[in-house]
Amino acid sequence: MDNLANLMHGFSVALTTHHLLLMMAGVLLGVLVGVLPGLGAPNGVSLLLPLTFSMDPVSAIILLTSLYWGALFGGSTTSILFNIPGEPSSVATTFDGHPMAKQGRATEALSFAFLSAGFGALAGVILITLLSGWVAKFALRFSSPEYFAVYFMTFASFIGLGGASPLKTIVSMGIGFTLASIGMDSVSGNVRLTYEFDVLLAGVSFLIAVIGLFGIGELLLTMEEGLKFEGVAAKVRIRDVVLTAAKLPRYWLALLRSSLIGIWMGITPGGPTAASFMSYAMAKRSSRNPAKFGKGEPEGVIAPETADHAAGSAAMLPMLALGIPGSATAAVMMGGLMIWGLNPGPTLFTDRPDFVWGLIASMYLGNVVAVVVVLATVPLFASILRIPFSIIGPVIVVICFIGAYTAAGKGFDIWLALIFGLVGYVFKKLDYPIAPLVLAMVIGDKAEDAFRQSMIFSQGSLSIFWSNPLVTTLMAIGLTLLLMPLIGRAALSLRGRATARSD
Amino acid sequence: MKTISITAALAGAFALGATSAAQAWQPTKPVEFVVTSGAGGGTDNFARMIQSIISKHKLIDQPIVVVNKGGGSGAEGYVYGKGAKGDPNRVIFGTNNAYLLPYVAKLGYKYSDLTPVAGLALDEFLLWVKGDAPYADAKAYLDAVKAKPMGFKMGGSQSKDTDQTLTSMIQDATGVKWIYVPFQGGSAAAVQLAGGHIDSNVNNPNENIGQWKAGQVKPLCVFSPVRLAKSDPVFEGKGWGDIPTCKEAGLPLETFQMPRTVWLPAEVPADAVAFYADVLEKVSKTPEWQEFVGRTAQTAKFMKGQDLADFVAKDDAANKKVFENEGWVAK
Repeated sequence: MDNLANLMHGFSVALTTHHLLLMMAGVLLGVLVGVLPGLGAPNGVSLLLPLTFSMDPVSAIILLTSLYWGALFGGSTTSILFNIPGEPSSVATTFDGHPMAKQGRATEALSFAFLSAGFGALAGVILITLLSGWVAKFALRFSSPEYFAVYFMTFASFIGLGGASPLKTIVSMGIGFTLASIGMDSVSGNVRLTYEFDVLLAGVSFLIAVIGLFGIGELLLTMEEGLKFEGVAAKVRIRDVVLTAAKLPRYWLALLRSSLIGIWMGITPGGPTAASFMSYAMAKRSSRNPAKFGKGEPEGVIAPETADHAAGSAAMLPMLALGIPGSATAAVMMGGLMIWGLNPGPTLFTDRPDFVWGLIASMYLGNVVAVVVVLATVPLFASILRIPFSIIGPVIVVICFIGAYTAAGKGFDIWLALIFGLVGYVFKKLDYPIAPLVLAMVIGDKAEDAFRQSMIFSQGSLSIFWSNPLVTTLMAIGLTLLLMPLIGRAALSLRGRATARSD
Repeated sequence: MKTISITAALAGAFALGATSAAQAWQPTKPVEFVVTSGAGGGTDNFARMIQSIISKHKLIDQPIVVVNKGGGSGAEGYVYGKGAKGDPNRVIFGTNNAYLLPYVAKLGYKYSDLTPVAGLALDEFLLWVKGDAPYADAKAYLDAVKAKPMGFKMGGSQSKDTDQTLTSMIQDATGVKWIYVPFQGGSAAAVQLAGGHIDSNVNNPNENIGQWKAGQVKPLCVFSPVRLAKSDPVFEGKGWGDIPTCKEAGLPLETFQMPRTVWLPAEVPADAVAFYADVLEKVSKTPEWQEFVGRTAQTAKFMKGQDLADFVAKDDAANKKVFENEGWVAK
């Protein structure tokens, strides 16, 4: 109950006109950087950081976190409208969000995305409020084997999911792993696969791959199909936003399940990207008609969005309590904390309660402000689709390339984005799934590091993955997820044989 | 005392007058601060702190843009700096990795592609164990490790970097042997130690302070010739100044420190080097800088010109010896 009292004190810190204005400004700026691919939340936060040097820490963190929420929402917008995920964690939103937009249901898709994202974020914050002490202790139990088990779960839940053949999924995942291993390898301290090209030292950025594979690839396909978006005829009315909101409670099960997955992945170091992929996979598996997924199923938007934001806000807790940044954005914010004179760590909660609880209170308020602001922008964004493709197409190309350049300020990345665009096009033509490649690129190197660290821990014995109840449970869940499609198929064929015999 | 401070003030005023009279070189366009670490890393805090002090005291007229180029353990930043040969508007922030990285990997730049400007501080290394570990001092811990070779785990940042170099030096000096587990960085190594997954780490003060405050880890000794500066108590009445040096604690390895350094590309005008060295010297005298150095328990030490060159030569030789012994030198 102490936490509730603290939270009320936090609200009294956060709920001032000055702070509310900062939240609005932060969210709007965030939406702007989120909508431009490449210029994601980490860039936005580092651009704003120098401005906060002269602010008091509470105001500064409120501004930066609001920008973060705004950017997350903005990232979903481009996923749905143009199939270009603004953030790694909104890749899964494209699977059903973009088909919905193409069918003229952009307003519905955007509204579902924003509302469920808001729901997920609030679920994450409520958890932080109630369980902060316990979660901080729990996260300490995670070491390399446990990290690996969490990543393994994510991969396992994703295999055998898409319509593509398992072999094609594995090929795509393999390419993703290869791309992820380019650059400095921290376990051995050597550079890998750079072939002495300086531009490859920093590795291949995930953002560039996504901009090319999804953005450019999609445009090439659209051009081939006849230069138009099918959403042109759609009417855009503010009433549709309200109607969609009324439909949301129907998906309570998806909301609840996705929040739980998101919170779990946020506390354990899986992170928002893994959470959104996993939540999408679970939604499809548990659905009564999984065939509808990938063709414009609202649940396919709700599940990843809820989990993404639940994980995003839940991940603030390990950052504050342990000092481990859960994402690139969190890393920049942590840098900010140090400059403002705060030390993230277990004692931050006791040393600076006004700061921590002010921040937590601002997460409630910031997300509510963000949902209201972005819902108001839905008609605006949805009507972009009514612009003829011959105008909007080239604009998207330009935005994609600007995004590719601004991500790291390297000219080489523009060429890389173009190459990825061609690869994306070929993948679609040959029916290879892109998502496994992206997933492997984002968490592949982390999974690899965790595995090799575990092997150093155990001096080469695989038994470390069964060495304590926590890691054993995680691995068992992972293996079950991996084998479930096989078991399901075996059960079906057995039943089929039984019926055949009884006939 | 008073006379000294007056003299110092006069000297400062004289120095200020001298530079404004000379004004041989001034940046003419926005200055780029290249950070050779990711956002939130030690070098990032170092550069952004300097940026905030420079803008607060208006030490440079032009705006400053900070860019993070942390790929390849910082090599990306140095390669990027090398690309601006002769351009003094690109200032590179790093550590001793500037001259050590090219030994251990083929990275597309050489130390001669950089011009040394200044060193501002020395980051300290300590030997840490878990808060409830049964060892009262460094000697007790090392005896335990010695009794069971490869039975204890030392965690740290990535392989062939400072933490593993120091681990190797301790092993050489004392004859112990650890399993070294490389993590993504010092903060991960701190949490792994707090969680009891590894037995010790050699983190910088700033990387472990959060865990020490909570009593989850404890410092055994500091690899510095003298004790750290006195500070407010951190945990159970003990502050940074109360930690014994490793030599006092019976660990025969006196010094291991990491300089926080600033560089320019090769072939820049000498006036430009003098300009930045002067600005950074002023930064090092501001109360904000003193406060930052104190809070992160680094040792303030401003070096430029010959001092810096001597330091680099000595540090380079000591590290190179370890790299050669361990067979890390890239061919």
